[in-house]
Amino acid sequence: MLVRLEQRPEASKSMIYVSPLIAVVLTVLTAMVMFALLGVYPVKAIETFFIEPVSSLDGLAELLVKATPLVLIGVGLSLGFQANVWNIGAEGQLVIGALAGGGLALAFFDQQSIFLVPAMLVCGVLGGMAWAAIPAWLKTRYNTNEILTSLMLTYVGLLVLSYLVHGPWKDPQGMNFPESRLFHDSALLPILIDETRLNVGALIALFVVVLGWILISRHIIGFQIKVIGMAPMAASFAGFKEKRLIWLTLLISGGCAGLAGVIELSGAIGQIVPSISPGYGFTAIIVAFLGRLHPVGVLFAGLLMALTYLGGDSAQITMNLPNAVTGVFQGMLLFFLLASDVLIKYRVRFGAPKINTEAAE
Amino acid sequence: MSVDWLIPALLTIVTAATPLVFAAVGEVVVEKAGVLNLGVEGMMIIGAIAAFATAVSTGNEFLAIIAGAGAGMLIALIFGVLTVYLQSNQVATGLALTIFGLGLSALIGHSYVGKTFDGLAKLNIPGLSDIPVIGPVLFGHDALVYLSVVSVAIVAWVLTRTRMGLLIRAVGENHDAAHSIGYSVTLVRLGAILFGGAMAGVGGAYLSVAYTPLWVENMTAGRGWIALALVVFASWKPWRAFFGAYLFGGITIIQLYAQGMGVEVSAQFLSMLPYIATILVLVIISRDSARARLDAPACLGKNFHASG
Repeated sequence: MLVRLEQRPEASKSMIYVSPLIAVVLTVLTAMVMFALLGVYPVKAIETFFIEPVSSLDGLAELLVKATPLVLIGVGLSLGFQANVWNIGAEGQLVIGALAGGGLALAFFDQQSIFLVPAMLVCGVLGGMAWAAIPAWLKTRYNTNEILTSLMLTYVGLLVLSYLVHGPWKDPQGMNFPESRLFHDSALLPILIDETRLNVGALIALFVVVLGWILISRHIIGFQIKVIGMAPMAASFAGFKEKRLIWLTLLISGGCAGLAGVIELSGAIGQIVPSISPGYGFTAIIVAFLGRLHPVGVLFAGLLMALTYLGGDSAQITMNLPNAVTGVFQGMLLFFLLASDVLIKYRVRFGAPKINTEAAE
Repeated sequence: MSVDWLIPALLTIVTAATPLVFAAVGEVVVEKAGVLNLGVEGMMIIGAIAAFATAVSTGNEFLAIIAGAGAGMLIALIFGVLTVYLQSNQVATGLALTIFGLGLSALIGHSYVGKTFDGLAKLNIPGLSDIPVIGPVLFGHDALVYLSVVSVAIVAWVLTRTRMGLLIRAVGENHDAAHSIGYSVTLVRLGAILFGGAMAGVGGAYLSVAYTPLWVENMTAGRGWIALALVVFASWKPWRAFFGAYLFGGITIIQLYAQGMGVEVSAQFLSMLPYIATILVLVIISRDSARARLDAPACLGKNFHASG
């Protein structure tokens, strides 16, 4: 074979960081081809997609609003992914968290209290945790695959939301629209910049990034998570309790997703609607990988992925492209990332392999 | 229980089960070769839109099915190249396939929303299809239903009775051993992945060509994931996957008929049934962890590189 992969003696440290850049460049180039095929002038399309949305203060604020849930969920998921715990039901945990927090807002609809928002946030975290506890319990007790159970629960969670907004939680004065009442002022997160939707949630996300960073790099739990992911046998010899870590990573990622959900409701939307998230829970999977499963990396990756949402909207408005372009973009980015990640462990060699006569493997 | 209620119910079970049969049996082969492709949902939806677009523009259902299979195969090729040649993580790549497939299908499907065509015709065998009860239930389906049964039979036979099946299983159980006696692990796996893609594509095509000749975004609604669960449920055995799919078909129609029979439950709760049933089934089947480990191909999800 003329081109082959040769295993590196040691994983390349620099490639870990170069690979996402390669992936972004390849995605943009492929996207330009795709835009050309869709009959749009590629340079103009890229400008509409990536530059226009963030060329105003409002756009930048919106970028942070969209990045908030992605970063929050991404930090939680990256912990689990490092331990080979594949929670892909963050979307469902987000919805249940949002319902728990939003339900509290509706229950105390007329109350003026500075404690309402913090209580909602706590409920959101607990709601997300509760939803993630089901796959955790099933996995540790019955050895059930958490990928499938967490995903199935996402569909269930979305149906719970649909039931509530079409039924018991529907606004009595809402002309029969499937929406809850608008939240009272004291159930809304404080806005950071007037005239935008940027809210305290962004700061909470930043705080969670710091917490996540401390947990993974400076705490024994983070160490255990990394060992169990890289060398499960070593972890069990060292006496790390695998079940405890499965519980922990699922509860943390579920809690983060639930928090993201309630922040989205109380910060950006202001009522319970049939579609709370445009797939943040799934996109956060890409965010976690693009951010190299590291909280700080997740922060940057979250901003980039938030931009693809804004870009999709902007392409829809100005160029009449379907905003499904966003999903294609995100999928492509993850493909290219996974492909270029091969360079971390392998190097590309041209020409036939040299035959090692001394020590045949 | 009156018979005129029973026949449509049985027919609905068949149409609900058939896409699952295709996707699950394809995935059985993929996993038997040691590859965990979580992108079934993505391959199904791509198959669905490719088949629908072809059916609308050519009016030829046969071409539509071929297009569905081809599209599923093509997108599976991306997964194959990434996992087999570029050693990417199978779980992550499968998720990427699903995200990409859902996005791409929505993009392509954008201009097909609201269009429709006649839909795949039911076979009508003179004489046989007219027999009361047995006629419609056994001989009144579209060609794909029979193809799904045939494909299960072929896959079961190939896997257990042929040299090729032995090779596929060897690669899935111990890729180093298969490699050391001179078989190409990469080619076997790539072949299995492409087959799985084609089958998932046909499963998706069934949804958009036969089940409901309409394009709806996300119309697979988690069926790809249910198919993945069926593979575990079936302990990687094709006929068990087939029966599992019909079991799920049965659960699907409960939601359709419960309301008809005046059961006072919200539509949303009934729609939850297939998902909750999947979880319950997974619990029952995975409970015995030693048993589950024996059934699963030993190299499932592990990448292979010749340099070791």
